[in-house]
Amino acid sequence: MTSIFLRSIKFLIGAGFVFVLLLALISSITGLIKEPPKQTAEQALHKHPKELELESNGPLGKFDVGQLQRGFKVYKEVCATCHSLHMIAFRNLKDLGYSDAQVKKIAKEWAMKQPVFDEKAGTWGERDNIPSDRFPKVYYAGTGNPPDLSLITKARHDGAAYVHSLLTGYGEKPDPALAAKFPEAMKTPEGMHFNPYFANLNIAMPPPLVSDGQVQYDDGTRATVDQMSTDVSAFLVWTAEPTLQVRHQAGLAVVIFLLFATGLAYGAYLTVWRGMKH
Amino acid sequence: MATFEEGLTPEQTVGPGGEIIENPRRRDYLTYAAASVAAVGAGVVVLPLVNSMNPSADVLAQSSTEVNLAAIEPGQAIKASFRKQPLFVRNLTPAEIAQADAVPVSSLRDPQTLDQRTAEGHKNWLITLGVCTHLGCVPLGAGEGESRGPFGGYFCPCHGSAYDTAGRIRQGPAPKNLEVPKYNFTSDTVVVVG
Amino acid sequence: MSFPWARHYEPKNPVMKWVDDRLPLPRFVYNAIGAGYPVPRNLNYFWNFGILAGLSLVIQIVTGIVLAMHFHSSAAGAFDSVNGTIMRDVNAGWFLRFAHANGASMFFIVVYIHIFRGLHYGSYKAPREMVWLLGVVIFLLMMATAFMGYVLPWGQMSFWGAQVITGFFSAIPVVGDWIRIWLLGGYAPDDATLNRFFSLHYLLPFVIAGVIILHIWALHIPGSNNPTGVEVKGEQDTIPFHPYYTAKDGFGVGIFLILFSTLIFFYPDYLGHPDNYIVANPLSTPAHIVPEWYFWPFYAILRAFTADFILPAKLWGVLAMFGSILLLFFLPWLDRSPVRSANYRPMYRIAFWLLVADVLILGWCGGSPAEPMYVIISQIAAAYYFAHFLIIVPIISRIETPRPLPNSITEAVLGNEGGSRITATAATA
Repeated sequence: MTSIFLRSIKFLIGAGFVFVLLLALISSITGLIKEPPKQTAEQALHKHPKELELESNGPLGKFDVGQLQRGFKVYKEVCATCHSLHMIAFRNLKDLGYSDAQVKKIAKEWAMKQPVFDEKAGTWGERDNIPSDRFPKVYYAGTGNPPDLSLITKARHDGAAYVHSLLTGYGEKPDPALAAKFPEAMKTPEGMHFNPYFANLNIAMPPPLVSDGQVQYDDGTRATVDQMSTDVSAFLVWTAEPTLQVRHQAGLAVVIFLLFATGLAYGAYLTVWRGMKH
Repeated sequence: MATFEEGLTPEQTVGPGGEIIENPRRRDYLTYAAASVAAVGAGVVVLPLVNSMNPSADVLAQSSTEVNLAAIEPGQAIKASFRKQPLFVRNLTPAEIAQADAVPVSSLRDPQTLDQRTAEGHKNWLITLGVCTHLGCVPLGAGEGESRGPFGGYFCPCHGSAYDTAGRIRQGPAPKNLEVPKYNFTSDTVVVVG
Repeated sequence: MSFPWARHYEPKNPVMKWVDDRLPLPRFVYNAIGAGYPVPRNLNYFWNFGILAGLSLVIQIVTGIVLAMHFHSSAAGAFDSVNGTIMRDVNAGWFLRFAHANGASMFFIVVYIHIFRGLHYGSYKAPREMVWLLGVVIFLLMMATAFMGYVLPWGQMSFWGAQVITGFFSAIPVVGDWIRIWLLGGYAPDDATLNRFFSLHYLLPFVIAGVIILHIWALHIPGSNNPTGVEVKGEQDTIPFHPYYTAKDGFGVGIFLILFSTLIFFYPDYLGHPDNYIVANPLSTPAHIVPEWYFWPFYAILRAFTADFILPAKLWGVLAMFGSILLLFFLPWLDRSPVRSANYRPMYRIAFWLLVADVLILGWCGGSPAEPMYVIISQIAAAYYFAHFLIIVPIISRIETPRPLPNSITEAVLGNEGGSRITATAATA
């Protein structure tokens, strides 16, 4: 069925693609030789997050409810003015160990009120929050775009560690020799702040945790900057996935069951095939 | 070489000399055990799938509603929302209460007294669903200026069911009185329904 | 549909007999996967992957239908319905979402192994060309389904992936841009795009199921291939599918589920991209747009073409990307060797493993940023890919001297017991 004609068509198509690729290859290589890529400031000065040890780390991680409560306090007193937490409802705070009454109080006293539309007047008003409400969105008028924090630890690579390093990394100026190579990058624009853990090196957020004791913890833990940062990171791991602990527990049960069931299935397979030469 | 012409079954094997050996019956248990465990596993997996169709947490959170009664004057009523359905909350005047009490209970299609349909010590507060028990329309009477029907309570325009000042069916095709949901007063002016 | 020595269906159960007399489904099942389907006795574990692919499809359909009960297909509501309602409020919603997302990855892992099994053992050769062609159709449908499914959560990667892929069509001369706008239902991915992708994403798996039925039907005409590539000669070469391969598949399913569960419960986001946890923003492009890992080799081929030659580089890239899959349709006619299995084809076997390495390298490049080093490697790897199918394999198939084949499957099986191997020359052709 394949005449010389058809065979040569196939060969030519293959040769065609290979030829264009070789052209592209040659241009890439010559481009590389003529203009070797220079290391950018981001590549040189950007740091990967420091390791963060949390109770929720690892395949069998679970939540430290005390730490989550502390982290929530940090969020409430430091972050909530600018950052929304829209995926969380006030009723979810029961996971942190608060009672129904406490949750109701937190909701009622929450500074940002729930917007309500007045059908008669055609205007937006506000009311107190109730437990079934989600945390109302926060709108920030200044420079920069404070992201919603509900999913931040999942929306960044190595998220919890990233948040912690970012919050504590403002003071980490680069090695002077390295800084000398990138004088442009070291000129921080007006209103921005240098932070090596941020992708673009200059972040619009001023350091939010400036001094020890900024937040007064109810359980008496000493509120150092590092402690507050760790606690709020742990809290944000919870906001990103409140069902994490349930998932790990279910997973352990499922995998153990499956190992047992697969073992039985293997035994059944051997039984069925006994003596059958293959 | 095993073939089916020779009638070989999975319980039999071919020995070194070509003879057929019967395996002891107890080896079957493994196959049955494996199959039953697999069946149990499959059954267990179905449970979360079916459960996901039950109301989700955000819907359940809205299963109870708080209503503030402070602004409702005697003789007035409001329409609120309870589990995404209309809720009628009426502040009965003494005249309306007397009117309801005067009706002989045995003459009612769905016999209930006003006391049975209100909370202890809050007899003036009539809290019912705003859903006609005939086919589900929303009766008139709770809103300002709406017709209250021939019995001074609520009137359903769909098929003419008329309810009295206690929300009981008096005339028309509806079989039952307007449903009274579970509620309790957390203070004199606040009631939690559901 | 069966071999002459296959058992005939004789229902012992009176209910089964009643049904079968009126609608021959019971005997259909018996002949397809029951004791009435004779299968070569020497299949290895690489033959488990067809059933695993079918299981993956069932898992995706079941989890998908339940997820669709809670999903809001609108640009405003999609992200919230998935990451807000389903993940947090719906009972077992997190399990459904992670099972469906990781199920897609499992489906592709299984199908890739299934395809490479076919490449190694010559399952695409006569008389099984139709099985192979239908298989390539299934693969294309899977890719379309997966792409549209990934757009639905409306994260940054969902949106920008849709933007990039639909952007390919504008590379087509003359009608390109019109086609792109027709596909999107607008000028950029928006409500119209999301809604139609949801509709089609729900539909295509059932189309896939239909093509799978044809795929298995086409297979059952000549019967299954086997690791030696030598056709079944008689009943001593085969065993009934049930209980032998049902038992073996049961064990395979167990291993599959263990791996699947490890992903779902312990590493659910490992194969995903963090940027998809950010809601789609048409005004902000992510630093590195990458598709899901199963598209990486094709993405690398697309990005490898950087030189204009008669046609613009972008068009070459698009043509090559689609071409890299379309050329699979021609494989039965590119590889002319009468020997099926690579076990007996020393030259082809080397080329096969080079292809495996090549595809892995292309995959690694596809997931990396478009920096010069990766571009150069993907150019070499893409060149090898096309050369392999269109130049190397046809040439090998003509000049290769295969190793002597066993006379039959049974001979190969018993020969493994330590007896001397009988060469093809000792028996008549």
